[in-house]
Amino acid sequence: MNETLEKRHMGLKASRTISNTIIYIILILMSVIWLIPFICIVLQSFRVESTWQVGYVIPKQWGWDNYIALWNSDFRKWYFNTFLIALIVAVLQTVIVLCMSYTLSRFRFKLRDGLMRFMLILGMFPGMLTMIILYRVLKDLGLTQANAVPGLILVYVASSGMGYYVSKGFFDTIPKSLDEAARIDGATRAQVLTKIILPLAKPIVIYTILTAFMGPWGDFVFARYVSFGTSAGMNVAVGMYSWLQLDRIGQSYTMFCAGGVIVAIPVTILFMCLQKYYVEGVTGGAVKG
Amino acid sequence: MKKYSDLEFLKLSKGQKFVYRLTSFFAAIPRAIARFFLAIGRFFKNAALGIGREFADIFTTFKEGDWKTRASFLVMGLGSIARGQVLRGLMFLLFEAVFLFYMITTGGYWLSLLPSLGRIGPHEEYNAVLDAYTTAYGDNSFKILLYGVLTIFFIVAFLYTWRLNVKQNKIAQEYQRAGRRLKSSADDLRSLVDEQFYKTLLALPLTGIVVFTVLPIVFMILVAFTNYDGAHNGYTNALFSWQGLANFRTLLTWTGSGVNYSATFGEILTWTLIWAFFATFTNYFLGMFVAMMINKKGIRLKKLWRTVLVMTIAIPQFISLLYVSKMFAKNGIVNGLLLNWGWIDKAIDFWGSTAHNGLLPRVMVIVINIWIGIPYLMLIATGILMNIPADLYESSRIDGANAWQQYTKITLPYMLFITGPYLLTSFTGNMNNFNVIYLLTGGAPTNAAASGAAGSVGYTDLLVTWLFKITTGAEAQYYLASVVGIMVFVVVAAISLVVYNVLPSIKNEEDFQ
Repeated sequence: MNETLEKRHMGLKASRTISNTIIYIILILMSVIWLIPFICIVLQSFRVESTWQVGYVIPKQWGWDNYIALWNSDFRKWYFNTFLIALIVAVLQTVIVLCMSYTLSRFRFKLRDGLMRFMLILGMFPGMLTMIILYRVLKDLGLTQANAVPGLILVYVASSGMGYYVSKGFFDTIPKSLDEAARIDGATRAQVLTKIILPLAKPIVIYTILTAFMGPWGDFVFARYVSFGTSAGMNVAVGMYSWLQLDRIGQSYTMFCAGGVIVAIPVTILFMCLQKYYVEGVTGGAVKG
Repeated sequence: MKKYSDLEFLKLSKGQKFVYRLTSFFAAIPRAIARFFLAIGRFFKNAALGIGREFADIFTTFKEGDWKTRASFLVMGLGSIARGQVLRGLMFLLFEAVFLFYMITTGGYWLSLLPSLGRIGPHEEYNAVLDAYTTAYGDNSFKILLYGVLTIFFIVAFLYTWRLNVKQNKIAQEYQRAGRRLKSSADDLRSLVDEQFYKTLLALPLTGIVVFTVLPIVFMILVAFTNYDGAHNGYTNALFSWQGLANFRTLLTWTGSGVNYSATFGEILTWTLIWAFFATFTNYFLGMFVAMMINKKGIRLKKLWRTVLVMTIAIPQFISLLYVSKMFAKNGIVNGLLLNWGWIDKAIDFWGSTAHNGLLPRVMVIVINIWIGIPYLMLIATGILMNIPADLYESSRIDGANAWQQYTKITLPYMLFITGPYLLTSFTGNMNNFNVIYLLTGGAPTNAAASGAAGSVGYTDLLVTWLFKITTGAEAQYYLASVVGIMVFVVVAAISLVVYNVLPSIKNEEDFQ
């Protein structure tokens, strides 16, 4: 009797060890698959012997040549453009999104439901459609090509009010009784926002800043429209995309890798530092839909 | 079909419930359509009644109004100023002045040309200085359409403000007659940070949305009814004009010969739906699976596994996607290594293979999308899985449930219930997932059968990337792009409508609070 129990226990333990081993193998394999492209990028960025694509990973000759070439190219300008856009957009977009989401979470006014439904419907139109016209409007305002940076900032910030869902979901979780208590004590609505809600909303504020900052680094289509072939107005995505086109890839492939590393480093560091808030925002937002 | 009562419905199994909900949704469609038309009728009736009431109210306000009120009908804000509500009055006055100035200087011009979209196109004109004929440019259809729409927006805003102004006068007059104190300018200002704080908060975001989202969308919808394209750009080569429903007919009718838009559209739509389905559900289930593996009791270094995956979210997509796309190129690393190891003798053309309707590139984009999407889904799933009460698992284990049963009876229903709305937005988001397709393949390989139709259509092209291709190049058929965009909207709206009515987890918004 006792023996069989022990055997069963042993069996359970063995099967758990086996399943855990399988899981470890899968996880290690996954980590490798997920990291390989990035390791390759880093390695290729140090390859000196040739600038085109090759069929091996480890460079035969190491050096900083690609980074030096990068420094001497338009990349510096693109990088500055993108950084500037990301910085300004991060601030302004956060303000707009917070205004929008706080209002829709806390106030009950006549047009509120209609407004939310309207924005839901607006969101179903492919954004691609509006690019042509936005481009023409910016062109009329003189904010394209070399002046693309303010133009891009304007468009990113102006249309950011639609992305209020995640932070509204967060505000919804802050109890309304807090507002009411402050109101009874004589605080105005504005004071409730600045003195009570904002200090509590730190995670979502950071989440919004983080996503707003990361967005412009990856924007490609609209930025390409607006800069329209003028190098001075490009962001990193548009500029580096041109390096991988058929006519340039032979000379610029390794430079692209070096550029990728330089772009990824600050964003990744920032992201890893604020990861906690990002996870909170993403999980909260998905649950609220 | 059979209708169940609530009690009978509860007795059904999960699958039966779903089927019941789905069938009853579709069975209800004829009635819903009838209701829809009734609702439209009711809407117009109510609108007519409402407008009648408004006019009656405006009329009585005028009839019973004192001179201050009556003067405000012509000069907005005068009554408010005369009654001491200076700030309010000045705002009204300023708005009217701006409006009149705009309408007289430019607005009237745009509005008068809106029905024709311009009369005089580019033409040859005798130039006395050069003693030769040169091209002179006339109207600009693009600007006429854009500023015409803007002017209409402005007029609507003016009418609304005017009505508000009349109403304010009426209220103020009644207040004064009753001997009550009117709100002073200071009161008005204070209310903007208090009761009416929402107006202050929404002013900026909504202005941005109206100008940079609503206006362009209205404009592009209107473009679908014109012949705006590269050959009719509205200014330098030819004006464009209204075409009615001709473009929709081009896209939707089966011509059978020559350039067949409807066949191309159907083909791309099918692939878009297939792509969206696989991209959403592969990510969803694999992401959940990974989250469960990492969360499993006894697995160490949880933080490390998560960090490795999460790090890939941080790297801008254009870098990772472009790089991966080059890795799988014919002369890329993957082919190079496989050749070196002797696993293949000839480079595999991952992106160019057109065999079986481009099956290989299609599978590749879905697989690489998994690579992109799993970390994100893993995060979401981790958050939700941790919220599932542990005692559910405990008690089910005591009842003898195995891991698979626990998954299908506890984990999956819970996840599906909570993430229902997310799945929907993710599905529609994938339908419009421009970046992944464009950066990986650019729509390639070219679909020879369909490439006659606007832009070169490829096997991995989604409707959005097709739309983008249509608008680039010399032909630049903007009108067709608009029609495609409207069709995308119709498809997305239809799917959302069906899913919202069938999903169990669409709850009352207030339930969360």
